[in-house]
Amino acid sequence: MLDKKHIGHKFNAFTTVVEAGKIRLFCKAIGEEDAIYQDEAAAKAAGYRAIPAPPTYLTAVTNDDPDKGGLLKLLNVDIGLILHGEQHYEYLAPVHAGDRITCQSQVMDIYDKKGGALWFVVSETSLTDAATGKAVARARGVTVVRNPDAAKK
Amino acid sequence: MVNAPKFVDVKVGDALPPIKLPPVSRHQLALYCGGSGDHNPIHVDIDFAKKFGFKDVFAHGMLSMAFLGRLATSWVPQRQVRKLGTRFTSITWVGDVITIHGKVLAKREENGEKLVDVELYCTNQNGQNTLEGHATMALA
Repeated sequence: MLDKKHIGHKFNAFTTVVEAGKIRLFCKAIGEEDAIYQDEAAAKAAGYRAIPAPPTYLTAVTNDDPDKGGLLKLLNVDIGLILHGEQHYEYLAPVHAGDRITCQSQVMDIYDKKGGALWFVVSETSLTDAATGKAVARARGVTVVRNPDAAKK
Repeated sequence: MVNAPKFVDVKVGDALPPIKLPPVSRHQLALYCGGSGDHNPIHVDIDFAKKFGFKDVFAHGMLSMAFLGRLATSWVPQRQVRKLGTRFTSITWVGDVITIHGKVLAKREENGEKLVDVELYCTNQNGQNTLEGHATMALA
């Protein structure tokens, strides 16, 4: 089972730069071909101040954590046992290539279903523009852990 | 460039133009591994996936959520997307053919913005939903 004492745990905040080249790779992977994500001139012509980060590119921002895998280390869970249950984004201001974004994550809830066969870990991340201190997005994710006790036997 | 629908023209129940995607490939999962920074080997290393009881590698949930994002930004310019969320309801395997589709659930005004709530889905070739999502867009 997972230890509910971790509810409320705050991870170390980190700051990362949104990179145009990585947005291009992300768009290639997801099949997004709109020129605004590839070409700064096209982005500006469409009214953006630089290349915008696609809506779910925020996952690449939060994945750039230097303490990558911190949640799994905290819970002592093998990466092969997790599935993604839910993900929700609220967009408060646009994020563009060149922006420096500070991410701060916290464990909000831990609970089980099916007599402990599945555990659910809810975490929230606030994303703020490091230059202005303004919130740009909030992310809420649910990580599902498959039968953590069976794996330890 | 996307020409957004006008708030007055949108009706509850309107369908967003669906997009049928090419089959999910191993190459796509490798690109998404690098592009998203999600390096979980279960999506790209079949030996690792089998060790944890799966028949093969499978797509990152967030790859499919990116498809929902594509549907949202094919309907309105990205700057008008206020919320995007989803539940991941079943696994997407290599070779699956996903169609992204959705429809308008509600229209409302909040904080001086005209908002439209939509439901968004990824559905596989067997008619099974792999993602059941939602988004909120601001329209003029």
